[in-house]
Amino acid sequence: MREPLSFKVFRVVILTVLTLFVLVPMWVLFTSSVKPLGDVQGKFEWWPSHVTFQPFKDIWSTVPLGKYFLNSVIVCSISMVLSVIVAIFAGYAVSRWTFRGRSVFTTTILSTQMFPGILFLLPLFLLFVNIDKALGFTLLYQTRVGLIVTYLTFSLPFAIWMLAGYFDGIPRELDEAARVDGASTLTTLLRVVLPAARPGVIAVAVYSFMTSWGEVLFASQMTSPKTQTLSIGLQSYSTQINVYWNQVMAASLVVSVPVVLAFLLLQRYLVAGLTAGAVK
Amino acid sequence: MKTRLIPALVVAAMVASTAACGGSSGSGSSDGGGGDSGSGTTLTYWASNQGSSIDVDKKVLGPELKKFEKQTGIKVDLQVIGWPDLLNKILAATSSGKGPDVLNIGNTWAPSLQATGAFLPFDSSALTAIGGKSKFVPASFATGGVKGKDPTSVPLYSLVYGLYYNKKMFAEAGLKPPTTWEELQTDARKLTDADKGTYGMAMEGGSYTESVHFSFIFGQQHGADPFDSSGKPNFTSPGMVAGVKQYVDLMSNKVVNPSSVQYKNGPEAPGDFAKGKAAMLMSQNNADNTLVADGMKTSEYGVVAIPAPTGKKDTASFVAGINMSVFKNTKHKDAALKFVKFMTSPAEQKILDVPFAALPVNAGATPNFTKNAAEAKTFQNILATKAVPLPLVANESQYETNVGNAVNQLIAQAATGKAPSESDIKAALQQAQDKMASAG
Amino acid sequence: MTSRPTVKRAGGRGNARRLTPYFLIAPAIILELLIHILPMIVGVWMSFVGLTQAFIANWSTAPWKGLSSYKLALDFSSPIGNSFLHSFEVTCLYTVLVVGCAWFLGMSAALVLHRNFRGRGFFRTLFLVPYAMPIYTGIMTWSFMLQRDNGLVNHVLKSLGLTNGDSFWLIGSNAFWSMVIIAVWRSWPFAFLMLLAGLQNIPDDVYDAASVDGAGIWKQIRYITMPALRPVNLVMVLMLFLWTFNDFNTPFVLFGAQPPKSADIISVHIYGASFVNWDFGFGSAMSVLLLAFLLVVTGAYLLIFNRRSRRA
Repeated sequence: MREPLSFKVFRVVILTVLTLFVLVPMWVLFTSSVKPLGDVQGKFEWWPSHVTFQPFKDIWSTVPLGKYFLNSVIVCSISMVLSVIVAIFAGYAVSRWTFRGRSVFTTTILSTQMFPGILFLLPLFLLFVNIDKALGFTLLYQTRVGLIVTYLTFSLPFAIWMLAGYFDGIPRELDEAARVDGASTLTTLLRVVLPAARPGVIAVAVYSFMTSWGEVLFASQMTSPKTQTLSIGLQSYSTQINVYWNQVMAASLVVSVPVVLAFLLLQRYLVAGLTAGAVK
Repeated sequence: MKTRLIPALVVAAMVASTAACGGSSGSGSSDGGGGDSGSGTTLTYWASNQGSSIDVDKKVLGPELKKFEKQTGIKVDLQVIGWPDLLNKILAATSSGKGPDVLNIGNTWAPSLQATGAFLPFDSSALTAIGGKSKFVPASFATGGVKGKDPTSVPLYSLVYGLYYNKKMFAEAGLKPPTTWEELQTDARKLTDADKGTYGMAMEGGSYTESVHFSFIFGQQHGADPFDSSGKPNFTSPGMVAGVKQYVDLMSNKVVNPSSVQYKNGPEAPGDFAKGKAAMLMSQNNADNTLVADGMKTSEYGVVAIPAPTGKKDTASFVAGINMSVFKNTKHKDAALKFVKFMTSPAEQKILDVPFAALPVNAGATPNFTKNAAEAKTFQNILATKAVPLPLVANESQYETNVGNAVNQLIAQAATGKAPSESDIKAALQQAQDKMASAG
Repeated sequence: MTSRPTVKRAGGRGNARRLTPYFLIAPAIILELLIHILPMIVGVWMSFVGLTQAFIANWSTAPWKGLSSYKLALDFSSPIGNSFLHSFEVTCLYTVLVVGCAWFLGMSAALVLHRNFRGRGFFRTLFLVPYAMPIYTGIMTWSFMLQRDNGLVNHVLKSLGLTNGDSFWLIGSNAFWSMVIIAVWRSWPFAFLMLLAGLQNIPDDVYDAASVDGAGIWKQIRYITMPALRPVNLVMVLMLFLWTFNDFNTPFVLFGAQPPKSADIISVHIYGASFVNWDFGFGSAMSVLLLAFLLVVTGAYLLIFNRRSRRA
């Protein structure tokens, strides 16, 4: 269809503005990370006058970035996997059965999205402490397990909701055919429904991983120096004897690149998952 | 993974609900003065970040802990925690009852932390175990807790404020280090050349701790205490207002780079001073570390006591520093006390004071954190004769945050061009005080 | 809601069949109970007791204070209540601005990029980057750009001749605007992503029919696209609203636990009361008030738009 001039102008303006808005901070992030400390502390320059990769070496020793990185990877991947599994079961139940309490369940789950994190931060903290006291060993308090369990519930409401929507789009007849063949519920879900729902599952996984990778509030209270994740660890660069802005930027780049790449590679699934799931 | 986790969680949830109602108190597992103080014990120690990075601290403390292990057979598991996290981590440990055995605290938190009841009081037997009260400098020892109670912390590193000045800049301007606040102001004006980007004074204008420290010191010069004798906040007395104004006026009078209102991490103001962008710096003596790291030589700066306005009290600092506490429900009380004794011993102090630029906490010891004998003497003299402790009240940390932030906002106002008047200051302090009153 | 005929099966497995959905949702329920519901109940309990520093080591002995924390928070003539009210107002303004701008930018970008043209894939990928980046790295980059002396923002403003290049962006009233811009930067790609997905759900034949009728592109957007996106918009705006209203990351990473007064939004305000002033009882009371407000607003929103949560 033909586009009127006004729309073309609109497109150019919007794309220019947004491209600048998005790109400029990324340019600054990138260029500052390859500047020597003296240059980042001096007058702003668009092009680095000296290029050095030293910040990328230094970041690992100024703070224990490797440890934070490992903690983040462990916590975020496990909570992602668990969150996806739990959400698949729950979403499947919501999509395929009308059972008593179903609407209470979905409403409650969705309304937990509304809870201000700050309201249950301390209670959760106290709860973990008491569970550990009762168990007689440290399971949850300032451990990776505790953080994993916490994070997995953060993405759960949205994940269940999105997957239920996605399952709705998969013809019920598929399940029924499988069941007539004598397959159990679990087999039906795993062998028949899940393969058809792959984009939805990937979308949920990506969403879940990103939620926990960027979490700050709970990470600030629920970790010990040993289990600290990147979101808190990264802030320690600015509290050193010098504010190593170049290292801050280099470290930011290092922790951003993997998630951004993964996200961009998987984004078509995310759009597909959203289309089928959340956005009906 | 999942199959095992879920039953565990069911159990956990059930346990949690009973625990939440039952309100379990105390951890129960502490065996206080247990006889396990010998070899084979492992202590957890949270050290505050004193050197230029966490890594540096680990390298400094590592060999000392090895030495301690060799002497006693007690292993120490070291964790160095950055300042922004430290109070929060301690708070978390306090509410969970799960903390390290031994830890460093900022000495101004001592009364607040004492009030939680989570720390071991150093009664006479505990004091004897660490070598007796008399081994400490009295002014530093007094910061260990509120008056009239057994302290819950003992001094580890002592710090005081001094006025650093750039010798070259002073000489070029034909000036001598100021001996009164009025002189300091005139000097600062002379040394300021905003077009060249040099200023008379460096300031950590966004740091609420610095703000509250100077408000307190200057308030003391005007004879004002932030708390009355019954421990009630009294922030709006004329002396308090004058003290805050004395500090904020540095910004109002434009002898400070307006950019410094954004400085809040600690190293920025010393950085300006080291790079010759500011001729004076009011800082604790551990600024030496930053100055050297920023390329300034010890011979390039001098230190005098922060002067008072003519005719006022010559308080020049409060007793700053780091204290050491033992967590009350440690399972290794004796070992912990041995470790405290070790760290506060003259031999260790001598070693640790150098990299951490601290004054010794031992009575009669000579400072060795700097090779500059005059500087060492100045700081020792300030600690001995011109320093008073910050208020030793349980809500001291609220005082720091509320007043500190009020002063920060005033400095920000001054930096953007509207010098706060006395009534502005009084109103801001009144607000801080009201917050204290209802929060108590 | 669609009706769902349950598969009827002969024999004695009916009971097991009826229980199946409960087994399936059990893990989710247990986790939600543990992490959200139970702590929330404890949080509400905390708001009635004086849980201050003197009791954190032994919190079950904290004294019962009844409604006094609530009274304190809602007494707007006192400095404490007043600063709570101020923080609430700041948060409302922040939320309206951020959600509004994010929606507008997301919508514009989705409309433009829904149509085919060269380079579409590039822009689509590029625009998702702020959302994909970990929150704190984006905010730290911005805070570097907003430095007074060496920051990009002042540099640009000065070279354009707009200012002297000596404005403060992270203190005073500017701090608020900095925070808004960063939050918009961070959240508009989410609106874009949702709306793009929504646009793909509108069947092409609707447009084709309209285009045969001679409706121009703007008319199509107004009369076909917008109404068709209504459900997406409703959900998305609600989610953005909740996220922004509860936003903690932006002010915390930008300013720390003590933001300038202009940027003192509510979750950081509560964090300050709890973890800086050590008064968890009061902090909890404010959190409960915040939750009550969000419940009322969300309820009203869903009622007004006459659309209950899709699956409720």
